Amino acid sequence: MTTEGNNRSRVLLIGLLIVAAVLLGKLFYIQIVDDKYKINASNNSMVYDIIYPTRGIIYDRKGEIIVSNKVTYDILVTPREVTPFDTLLLASVLETTPEFIKEKMAEYSRNKKKIGYQSMVMLKQIKPETYMKFAEIQYNFPGFRGQVRSIRDYPVNAGGNLLGYVSEVDQKYIEDHPGEYRPGDYAGKTGIEAAREKDLRGEKGYHIYLRNSRNQIEKRYKEGEMDKEAIPGHDIVTTIDAELQQYGQELMKNKVGSLVAIEPKTGEILSLVSSPGVDVSMLADISQHYNEIIKDPHKPMFNRAVQAPYPPGSVFKLVNGLIGLQEGVLNMDMAYPCYQGYHFGSHKLGCHNHWSPLRLEEAIMMSCNGFFCYVLKNILENKKYKNIDEALDKWNEYVQSFGFGHKLGSDFPAELGGTLPTSKLYNKRYGKGGWKFTTIISISIGQGEVGVTPLQIANLAAIMANRGWYKIPHIVKASEGVEIDPKYNERQYTMVDTTNFQKVINGMWRAVNNGPGTGCTAWVAEVPGLDICGKTGTAQNPRGADNSVFICFAPKDDPKIAVAAYVENAGFGATWAAPIASLLIEKYLNGETSRPDLEKRVMEGDLMSRVKTYN
Amino acid sequence: MGNFSDRGVKQSIDWKLVISYLLLILIGWVNIYASIHSSEPSSIFDFSVRSGKQFVWILTAIGLALVILFAVNPRFWQSSALPLYLFVLVLLVVVIFVSKDVKGSHSWFEFGPVKFQPAEISKITTSLLLATLMSQTNYRITRLKDFMMTALIIGVPMLVILAESETGSALVYVGFLFVMYREGFSGWWIFSLIMAVALFILTLTASAYVSLLVLVGVILATSIIIQGNVGVFGWINIGILAVLCALPWALGKAPEGSFLAGIKPMYILIGICVIMVAAMIVKGYRERKRHLSIGALGLLAGIALVFSTEFIFNNILQDHQRKRIEVLLGMKEDPSGVGYNVNQSMIAIGSGGLTGKGFLNGTQTTFGFVPEQSTDFIFCTVGEEWGFIGCLIVIFLYVFMIWRIIVDAEKSRESFTRIYGYCVAACIFMHLFINIGMTIGLMPVIGIPLPLLSYGGSSLWAFTILIFIFIALYRQEKKYY
Repeated sequence: MTTEGNNRSRVLLIGLLIVAAVLLGKLFYIQIVDDKYKINASNNSMVYDIIYPTRGIIYDRKGEIIVSNKVTYDILVTPREVTPFDTLLLASVLETTPEFIKEKMAEYSRNKKKIGYQSMVMLKQIKPETYMKFAEIQYNFPGFRGQVRSIRDYPVNAGGNLLGYVSEVDQKYIEDHPGEYRPGDYAGKTGIEAAREKDLRGEKGYHIYLRNSRNQIEKRYKEGEMDKEAIPGHDIVTTIDAELQQYGQELMKNKVGSLVAIEPKTGEILSLVSSPGVDVSMLADISQHYNEIIKDPHKPMFNRAVQAPYPPGSVFKLVNGLIGLQEGVLNMDMAYPCYQGYHFGSHKLGCHNHWSPLRLEEAIMMSCNGFFCYVLKNILENKKYKNIDEALDKWNEYVQSFGFGHKLGSDFPAELGGTLPTSKLYNKRYGKGGWKFTTIISISIGQGEVGVTPLQIANLAAIMANRGWYKIPHIVKASEGVEIDPKYNERQYTMVDTTNFQKVINGMWRAVNNGPGTGCTAWVAEVPGLDICGKTGTAQNPRGADNSVFICFAPKDDPKIAVAAYVENAGFGATWAAPIASLLIEKYLNGETSRPDLEKRVMEGDLMSRVKTYN
Repeated sequence: MGNFSDRGVKQSIDWKLVISYLLLILIGWVNIYASIHSSEPSSIFDFSVRSGKQFVWILTAIGLALVILFAVNPRFWQSSALPLYLFVLVLLVVVIFVSKDVKGSHSWFEFGPVKFQPAEISKITTSLLLATLMSQTNYRITRLKDFMMTALIIGVPMLVILAESETGSALVYVGFLFVMYREGFSGWWIFSLIMAVALFILTLTASAYVSLLVLVGVILATSIIIQGNVGVFGWINIGILAVLCALPWALGKAPEGSFLAGIKPMYILIGICVIMVAAMIVKGYRERKRHLSIGALGLLAGIALVFSTEFIFNNILQDHQRKRIEVLLGMKEDPSGVGYNVNQSMIAIGSGGLTGKGFLNGTQTTFGFVPEQSTDFIFCTVGEEWGFIGCLIVIFLYVFMIWRIIVDAEKSRESFTRIYGYCVAACIFMHLFINIGMTIGLMPVIGIPLPLLSYGGSSLWAFTILIFIFIALYRQEKKYY
């Protein structure tokens, strides 16, 4: 055993030496003989060059580009690789100050541990010309490099709130979308950019490079075999008419409020203005202007058109009238008296001077308050229902079917639903049985607990145009690679029959086209040949002068456009909202406007001083 | 005691072994510091980073070593080998069910911040039980019953560890074959086993043709060696082999569609193999040369293995199983995973050159590209910062340590100590070869620590215990004999 054992132990020892020799041989080969690894010797080997995909382009309904991309450069620094350098030269080339660079470098040095070998973005969005100058002298500055970054470009001023902006993701955003974003990525935060972020963003790629000792890119790692190309984002075709949108913005300049236009047949939003808004010139680099925007007392970031719950005022009479007709508590022959208002007890709900009594058509044409108090009274005191609670809830159900009191479901991410009273609300406020028709009389003329967004009343205009149905308003059209929810193609019917609409629409037509002096409220909106049908509203605003409201559609028999204009603190519906909506319709249907004086008055009108700012 | 035969600590302990142990943990510690050293120089004792934690592990490991050397009666290891083995076996099984999934493997116990891998200590208990069994006076490895017992002791924990998806740790158990060889197990069996594995891998990574050529070549070479001279028959065979090697290349040159291009080299090779097998059997029978008959059997077995491997791999295995084998054998480079790591690790080591970039000047290793920088890929830091010279020193220390253990084991009069010593040597050797082989692209990427160098308490403790039990066993002998 011993000699045999010794032999075997010798075999094992020799085997050990052979294995050691093999290991050392391979080490000798890769460390000393083979140059392949030494080419990378003094460098940090691979550089991951992230390729950002180009974001999808946004088109208007006619194929005009409203948002595209332009090239800028970010200057990246890898602090670990920086050697002492000429701060003055770098500052002058990058068009910044030496102090800025020194401060940045000091900051990196403080956070050394955290940064490690990562690259930090020192300067963002520098112009290509500036970058070219830097590229020429880049070899003097190891650790610095440029990275292409495309940012948004806005050839057309289509409204900041509508388009939305793109900005760098913050920590919270990254956590809310696990696995999708990394620091330094950009994402759409509001408007269309946010609504269609998934389509627009595309997919990131990267190139892997090897660097030589002078910090210059030597070649692609494995000839680019491991690279991943970026996949560009999908283009988005919107329903917006860029020209109309711009015109609408001009009309709304220096006014606070919204202007929304919808194509009734399709529910496509033709224009959506929230004023004052964020200017597109600020959108591309919103972080620079963010404080300025946030401090603006008029809150330009607040998208009034889809978020603000306003009292609809008299335009809401249309809804009440239709419900009355449908419930059978109102017909075309009923006439109600109005002596400067509706009197109940020692109170009265006031009205303007007009002849009396009135029938429905005239009541709409002249916007009589008293008449609609009777209408709501009839609805709420309908014997069909066991009590006012039930009647009110039925009313609520009707109103809901017009798209009020809940989110319409548009593709606007920030959309809100407004408010609508229920018996529960009043029972809570007044106690069960503690309220009657007169307690809540103000909802008959669209005041009180009724809150609607401009989008919702624009949708009401579309419902009127369609005689009883709507398609959910939306801003994105289906196109190649981009799908939209099928719900946008479905008709949403109201609970009121089409025949009843015709009667009310006659009143709307007369409100605009009956000629001055006949008592019609909106003659200012008349455009010969366009057959505009409209309804004015003058909504009380607890914060100063009344809000001016107008909804309309045209032409009467083949409606192509439905508009809602809502101008805060602007007075009668006919003074500001009606001319604005009318001009917009004329522009859309005729391509030009024929009333230069009116247009001039509207565009130059500055109502900003009337508006009390929030704070 | 005053007994003249009782040598003191100074003489009885194998100091050379202890010093090489200490040098290796010191080198490990310094390189762990370098590998996590980023830009902010923190102290090597900073407990928030790995080098500081490793310092604690080192101190406790040394404490453990002292306890094993001076407080535990070395007889304990032999007497309690079986209960220890069974206890660890239970741990190995339990951990599969209670552990979290760490990169696909289920092998870690977690107690708050402390993690521990039973597979690490199972090496020790397996070695102890193996030594206990094989040192029994009536033990003969050539006897089937004894062989089966041995295979069972090695195989059970190995299979359980495989079930934990710790391929690397399981592979270490193959090293016990060397111990079996030393104790009389037939070298031919081990040789055949290695050939079988090599053919299996070659068939998958290269092709059945290459694999068969190698098989024919090896059988030819061994029979020539056994015979002592080449002979006419040998020369003819060498000639045929050379032609076969060049055949695919030559046929590939033949014009498209011609008769020659239609010939498949594989058919020719099989034909020749059949003739060879027949010739060897006839010649072996006539000339009473047993090795020729055995060679013919080996050839047949080899051919069967190659074709069944190919058949099983292509027709029976599921896609995911196939993929796993392919990745394991490095056949498919997983861009974000395996192949990429090896490339990074080789760039790191290769860029070290002769003398290295100097302490803390490594850029590759701290770059974060090489994963598991302070654990499985610690050798990259050595290679990059200390160069070929550093690698030479580290490998020398390991070889010296293994050599020393084998020499001490051979000197020992107790077979328990000897066999245990061989087990220790085998474990260190397997870890060394697999780990360094992996970092320089000789072995597939299999996660396994480099003994004493890699970061981690559980591995450092395990190797400390493994080595110091041997030092204690050997000391006890020297002390009294």
